[in-house]
Amino acid sequence: MAEDNVLVDVQGLTMYFPVTAGVFRRKVAEVRAVDDVSFQIKKGETFGLVGESGCGKTTTGRAILQLYRPTAGKVFFEKNDLCKIGGEELRRSRRNMQLIFQDPYASLDPRMTAGNIIGEPLRVHGLVKGSEFQEQVAELFKLVELEPRMADRFPHEFSGGQRQRIGIARALALRPKLIVCDEPVSALDVSIQAQIIMLLERLREELGLTYIFIAHDLSVVRYISDRVAVMYLGKIVEITGSDELYDNPMHPYTQGLLSAVPIPNPRVDRQRKRILLTGDVPSPVNPPPGCHFNPRCFAVKAGCKEAEPELKEVTKGHWVACHRA
Amino acid sequence: MSEGELKAVDGLSYNVKKGESVAIVGESACGKSVSALSIMRLIPYPPGIIVGGEIIFKGQDLLKVSETEMRHIRGNRIGMIFQEPMTSLNPVLTIELQLSETLQLHRGLDKNAAGEEASKLIKLVGIPDAAKRAKNYPHQFSGGMQQRIMIAMGLSCNPELLICDEPTTSVDVTVQAQLLEIIDNLRTQFGTAVILITHNLGIVARYVDRVNVMYAGKMMESAPTDVIYSEPRHPYTAGLLASVPRLDLPRKRKLQVIPGLPPNLARLVPGCPFFPRCKLAIEKCRQEMPQLEEIGPEHRVACYRSADVKELVRVD
Ligand SMILES: Nc1ncnc2c1ncn2[C@@H]1O[C@H](COP(=O)(O)OP(=O)(O)OP(=O)(O)O)[C@@H](O)[C@H]1O
Ligand SMILES: Nc1ncnc2c1ncn2[C@@H]1O[C@H](COP(=O)(O)OP(=O)(O)OP(=O)(O)O)[C@@H](O)[C@H]1O
Ligand SMILES: [Mg+2]
Ligand SMILES: [Mg+2]
Repeated sequence: MAEDNVLVDVQGLTMYFPVTAGVFRRKVAEVRAVDDVSFQIKKGETFGLVGESGCGKTTTGRAILQLYRPTAGKVFFEKNDLCKIGGEELRRSRRNMQLIFQDPYASLDPRMTAGNIIGEPLRVHGLVKGSEFQEQVAELFKLVELEPRMADRFPHEFSGGQRQRIGIARALALRPKLIVCDEPVSALDVSIQAQIIMLLERLREELGLTYIFIAHDLSVVRYISDRVAVMYLGKIVEITGSDELYDNPMHPYTQGLLSAVPIPNPRVDRQRKRILLTGDVPSPVNPPPGCHFNPRCFAVKAGCKEAEPELKEVTKGHWVACHRA
Repeated sequence: MSEGELKAVDGLSYNVKKGESVAIVGESACGKSVSALSIMRLIPYPPGIIVGGEIIFKGQDLLKVSETEMRHIRGNRIGMIFQEPMTSLNPVLTIELQLSETLQLHRGLDKNAAGEEASKLIKLVGIPDAAKRAKNYPHQFSGGMQQRIMIAMGLSCNPELLICDEPTTSVDVTVQAQLLEIIDNLRTQFGTAVILITHNLGIVARYVDRVNVMYAGKMMESAPTDVIYSEPRHPYTAGLLASVPRLDLPRKRKLQVIPGLPPNLARLVPGCPFFPRCKLAIEKCRQEMPQLEEIGPEHRVACYRSADVKELVRVD
């Protein structure tokens, strides 16, 4: 499986969080946030992660970056298993991997100027000498289409979209290879979302970046990603190319998710098959036995309540975890 | 206008017929919530004040009725579902009690009848295991479930008009579809008129009859739903449509970006507020805000260049 152009190879990634109780914080249960997830990401690719709130998207992203140390599994970054290394070695690897957050308000330190926020990673890693600092920060400002003269301003003086640009510039400071974008446009206004999406696209092309793009908005994820993984209760239920995802979704959950997204054109929308998923996502502390999706599935059959389906390659490059596929 | 004031909503007019649903669409801070709260006369004063206009509900100007009468209308004839469910639910009452209190107060039901009606409503909005869950407190529900309870509250008075202020922004798409389906069923079953406030043009396509597009407190365009998507005639509407990724279109279609930022309402200049971001702007746009003009059946636009919008963007 190990091809040369694979940048990230995730194997059996698992992340459980303890649920504790009492004064001694005794562990009484586990949240299975991410449960045995595997996929590969090629260099220069945008890999999308979608799914409903709480399905484990953020946790997957953070566990890949080792911001959470996974409960089990391997994360190869350029052939290095990140789960096995620590200390200085991990710190050096981390320079190649950055995170962009959803909330451009909470993620920037309000007491720091924009210039210092963007340049901080350069200082922390001791990558610049005094005079170069301003220059490099100015470069980063220009890269994200902000005016370098705004470097002295504080976060509250910027709009939401501009703050997201600051977050992006900061992530780019160390010239990373991989960026995990965790809902980077969800908090922004519609007209500003397009600006940030186009900026991320341009940066990927110009700088040869690889993205993991996390969002719950399927239209956005499909637009920016080359391939998309659909998650449900800590598992990946389907992985396929972005066009195939809309043209030929195979997992009933993917079909329901797609159907729930209205298309902003009434004539097209009226002609689509409608699948209304009922109920809510169950708790990841006690996921339903068998296929986790079976209580909400409209195509459920006898075996679905017993055995958990494996993620199988059904047609070339199209992986599905469903007993009916 | 004196210093330090802003016009959150400026000269907005539209109407809603019985059993009809209309949308108010626009980006954040454009005045959607303020316009909805105005209908209910719930603008906090100070600082807010309705300076002028009429709000005619079944022939009666709501701005002229007494506060007592208004309270009656609010509880009995116009229902509202707010943006933030937790701020409008009482945290120390079980949802059954909240609902049945409202029902006793506004519909004059006795305790038993109110309790029964409450369970019916809880079931109606799709809360599974309704009998048991009715005894829970608001914080024991997920965000989507809280929104459903809000809908149940909004419906408890059998309103003739239901105002939904972004009822689904904080929930997942699948839950959003369920909630909007519930609201839509009510409209068709009971003839409830619905005002749906949203920033999502997609939702609108599926669930409303007419769309009103707002920008910086002003109405920019108003048209039947099919028309607004196939023939937008305001550059802002057209721009919004061309800037959202769409599931059904080829992936590598370039999104058309509306440059710049929405204006600060406290520093509005004369002329059209969209002028600084508009590709079609001419000198006149800077000087004077265009009037809303009828350009087709039920299609109104406030733009000097509306005839040229077709060339600007092609929306499929
Ligand atoms: N630090 C933590 N401790 C305990 N549980 C956690 C922690 N982080 C996440 N979880 C739980 O793990 C599950 C997955 O959470 P995660 O944040 O990864 O979901 P998500 O898909 O990113 O959701 P959203 O769309 O809401 O951001 C959830 O049930 C969440 O409550
Ligand atoms: N109580 C208030 N005091 C002062 N200004 C207010 C008040 N309420 C609203 N505004 C201002 O009025 C304008 C319109 O606000 P409104 O809440 O109607 O926007 P909205 O379109 O509902 O936005 P969103 O999509 O974010 O909910 C904004 O500029 C807002 O800051
Ligand atoms: Mg998340
Ligand atoms: Mg609002």
